Amino acid sequence: MSDWLAVWLTLRLAATTTVLLLLLGTPLAWWLARTRSPLKGPLGALVALPLVLPPTVLGFYLLVALGPGGPIGELTRSLGLGVLPFTFAGLVVGSVIYSLPFVVQPLQAAFEALGERPLEVAATLGAGALDRFFSVAVPLARPGFVAATILGFAHTVGEFGVVLMIGGNIPGATRVLSVALYDHVEALEYAPAHWLAAGMLAFSFLVLLAVYGRLPMRRAS
Amino acid sequence: MRLSTGSTGKFYAQIRNGAPFDVLLAADHDTPQRLAEEKRAPGAPFTYAIGKLVLWSPQTGLVDGEGKVLATGAFKRLAMANPKLAPYGRAAEQAMQKLGVRAALEGRIVMGESIAQAFQFVASGNAELGFVALSQLRQSAPPGGSAWLVPQSHYAPIRQDAVLLAHGEANQAAREFLEFLRSSAARGLIARYGYELP
Repeated sequence: MSDWLAVWLTLRLAATTTVLLLLLGTPLAWWLARTRSPLKGPLGALVALPLVLPPTVLGFYLLVALGPGGPIGELTRSLGLGVLPFTFAGLVVGSVIYSLPFVVQPLQAAFEALGERPLEVAATLGAGALDRFFSVAVPLARPGFVAATILGFAHTVGEFGVVLMIGGNIPGATRVLSVALYDHVEALEYAPAHWLAAGMLAFSFLVLLAVYGRLPMRRAS
Repeated sequence: MRLSTGSTGKFYAQIRNGAPFDVLLAADHDTPQRLAEEKRAPGAPFTYAIGKLVLWSPQTGLVDGEGKVLATGAFKRLAMANPKLAPYGRAAEQAMQKLGVRAALEGRIVMGESIAQAFQFVASGNAELGFVALSQLRQSAPPGGSAWLVPQSHYAPIRQDAVLLAHGEANQAAREFLEFLRSSAARGLIARYGYELP
């Protein structure tokens, strides 16, 4: 029963995170793909950091930074928002950071693959910058958007360390699937643990199949 | 001697699956007992320490000498260890039920997977107060703050047992270490770190 609550919460978290990441990640990926600024290297490295850092490190820094004594915590408190740890909003903030490279990198790769030519042709036909982006770049980069959406969503579903550190295990607010699974394993409740684990395994496989299964088909068509 | 630290439940699962440990110092009474019943521990388990539960806040004056703050509720978040996973969490649950405040606190409790994480939630200021172990306060609490040593009558004793494991049966050093744990020198140390003695 409470496991279904965790499933629902996890899907809500992953969906919210993915939407936010597409909104924030698209302009960032566009800039990274096209800039000649010396900041490209450092920013690209910053975006990739969550790939390398252990999630518990990220979670620990977030707990300290978002807490009442941390810089972000002081900001959110002065804005009257309270502090973010142990809330759904806090998990969204953590997940956006944690899944950032999984959305930005496929988008950046797709934008880079476009090259200058389609955009230049559109420009000669009189299309403005925004028009070129939405009528030329976005449709051509569609596989990148599909991959970014699926990977961002799936990676958030599988998130554990960050949530464990800043969540506080509250049913319906911060007890996501991976934490519920961890609780079952730690409490030696192996039967429900197997159900959740097998469910996640099947889900992950289907998601990856959706990503990898469609790539060759696209090339063939 | 090489130390490996972690939660008792995790070690239980690892020992059952052949982890090469010679001695287990558990945070509870049941796990060594279960290992002995499953013939994974040849020796008889014995209690080496009894944990003490404390309600603690880094804020001066928040926690009073009788734990009344739990009823008055002048706080937003109370941290505790998960009662399903940690003996100190179970003790905290019992204490709150004994005081009749458990239901009223429902929306304000945040749970750590271990007593270490519950301590971290309070120490980082994310929860104003929390149930922690006296041994944690003795070792790592910043000066100041306020605390209430929860009376032993409020919760079942947190008996922490040690046991020789099958892997260490032939290890003389393991046997001697367990012997040492029962010596007066070791008992003095254990008491100094905030535990009661059996």
